[in-house]
Amino acid sequence: MAGGGSFAPPALCRKPREAAISHSPSAIVTHSSSSPAPAVSFVNVSRHFGEVKAVDGVSLDINDGEFFSLLGPSGSGKTTCLRLVAGFEQPTAGSIQLHGEEVANLPPYERDVNTVFQDYALFPHMTVGENVAYGLMIKKVPKPERDKRLGEMLELVRLPGLAGRRPSQLSGGQRQRVALARALINHPRVLLLDEPLGALDLKLRQQMQIELKAIQRQVRITFVFVTHDQEEALTMSDRLAVFNLGKIEQIGSPAEVYEHPATAFVAGFVGVSNLIRGEIAQAITGSAQTFSIRPEKIQLRDLGQPVSGDEYSVEGRIRDVIYLGMHTRYLVELSGGSDLTVVEQNLRTTSMDVLAARGRAVRLVWQKAHVRPVGN
Amino acid sequence: MTNTSRKPPALIIATVGALLFLHVPLAIILLYSFTTDDRTYTFPLPGLTLRWFPTAWARADLWQALWLSVKVAGVATAIALTLGSLIALAIYRSKFFGREAISFLVILPIALPGIVTGIALRSALSLLDLNFSYWTIVVGHATFCVVTVYNNVIARLRRTSASQIEASMDLGANSFQTFRYIVLPAIATALLAGGMLAFALSFDEVIVTTFTAGQQATLPIWIFSQLVRPRDRPVTNVVAVFVIAITAIPILLAHRLTSKDA
Ligand SMILES: Nc1ncnc2c1ncn2[C@@H]1O[C@H](COP(=O)(O)OP(=O)(O)OP(=O)(O)O)[C@@H](O)[C@H]1O
Ligand SMILES: [Mg+2]
Repeated sequence: MAGGGSFAPPALCRKPREAAISHSPSAIVTHSSSSPAPAVSFVNVSRHFGEVKAVDGVSLDINDGEFFSLLGPSGSGKTTCLRLVAGFEQPTAGSIQLHGEEVANLPPYERDVNTVFQDYALFPHMTVGENVAYGLMIKKVPKPERDKRLGEMLELVRLPGLAGRRPSQLSGGQRQRVALARALINHPRVLLLDEPLGALDLKLRQQMQIELKAIQRQVRITFVFVTHDQEEALTMSDRLAVFNLGKIEQIGSPAEVYEHPATAFVAGFVGVSNLIRGEIAQAITGSAQTFSIRPEKIQLRDLGQPVSGDEYSVEGRIRDVIYLGMHTRYLVELSGGSDLTVVEQNLRTTSMDVLAARGRAVRLVWQKAHVRPVGN
Repeated sequence: MTNTSRKPPALIIATVGALLFLHVPLAIILLYSFTTDDRTYTFPLPGLTLRWFPTAWARADLWQALWLSVKVAGVATAIALTLGSLIALAIYRSKFFGREAISFLVILPIALPGIVTGIALRSALSLLDLNFSYWTIVVGHATFCVVTVYNNVIARLRRTSASQIEASMDLGANSFQTFRYIVLPAIATALLAGGMLAFALSFDEVIVTTFTAGQQATLPIWIFSQLVRPRDRPVTNVVAVFVIAITAIPILLAHRLTSKDA
């Protein structure tokens, strides 16, 4: 175990961890199986609390080294999923595997997984250094090795020199970094993050998004990242799963989920979408199948302008105009009574021009290729 | 107390009155432990003397009572620390059927008048055909000592975020290590405060003790018997002064410990 704690060359990352757990059965399994089992695998996993189906029949594979996000509204079961992986909850049905090994009966302290908690859960009676080195102290890593890795970790999260402080003497962003360092120092194979940036202000949040992504690339650990912020999920993830009411609505890359939302829920939750159903859909496309169209794909034209064969169009009246500086959002009322949102960049227009558009009758036009049929 | 000038005078008078009411008797006891008159409380004092201190020191029955009280309070506190913190942890960590009922039952002894606890214990002892002994006093005291420890620890646990315990397990610590490194430091001052309160409560308990002590005299009972059959009355005052000092110190410390990190 001596030496080799360095993060800098990623190839070295695995060494201390495997040495540290070589006595446990999981290590034997990982060594012998060369096939790349998914880092985390859920097969039909449910966790019900009495009547509440917090997680309901979820199946999911997260690949080794992936930055994977669980995205969904409040109460959709994201945290419960994370707690199932960490071992704080037991599934009421289904099977959970970590790197091909069934973990149903393993307590949290025997899983090669670490968590960054939403409230950070720093130990208030310990210094920053003691907090970060806690996992190593528990594993009885010798003091010199511990100090060395502590230094590297604080370097990695850019907090050198703060080892002697108490958590109460840190800012929110610094606490967040301490929580991250404390979870990473064990070199877990999977890192679980529960809305780690939720408590930070927008600027810091955006900065931490970039840093977190950079750290993940550097340490090459599988990150499972919980967020209810769709923009955050889209910018950071390799892939993401969209949750609703304890079920997964869609799994895919950010582009797939954004461009091809599988369900009406995903279309509405990830970015802004116009959902068009029933009679209005029938009138536009000739089929009553619900479809979604992104606001930025729709053009506003005057009534007389021509429409080409590869475009759909519908008439409406501009009900409201919201001038947003870089672009303008129009709310257009269709004859059937429903509203469509249209976003246009302010390429040539000024605020005077766009605000004058209120009440005007317009033709909305978009490419047929941009229409996404969605399940109901 | 910093803005006394802004408070209405009536409030100040009431406060001062209440404080005098509480503390003048203590001052009187202190004063009369120096009197030369050994029969009555006359004022002004006929004279001042230190002779009651060596007299008290030489009384074997006093030493016996003191030693019994210290032993009882010590053991009752030890029992309270163990049981009280274990109950608090159990109630805090798990949600089982009847959890609230148990929580209520634990607190009940301190709400019940001591006389009820005393009668109940005495009937239980005679029902079980047990003789009065040092242990019957200890058990009697433990009933309310457990409550003070339990209350202190559970209040502290409720202020400690549950995710700290999970974080510790997540970082590889088993239940025992988590208790040792996370839970115990979190509740340490609560244990100390609860323990000191328990000790102080036990040390001057009279009512429950009279029902469970039989012929033995703890210090408070000894003082009480001295008042009924006065012999060297100022000796009792001397002892009372010491009791005040000994119980005040832990209570003040306990107060400081719990309010400092509140
Ligand atoms: N221990 C529990 N007992 C009962 N119900 C629970 C428990 N934990 C979670 N739930 C319920 O399960 C559902 C999913 O909760 P979960 O915490 O997983 O949501 P979430 O997606 O993380 O939401 P948020 O974004 O608000 O954190 C909620 O309805 C919640 O009330
Ligand atoms: Mg949550």
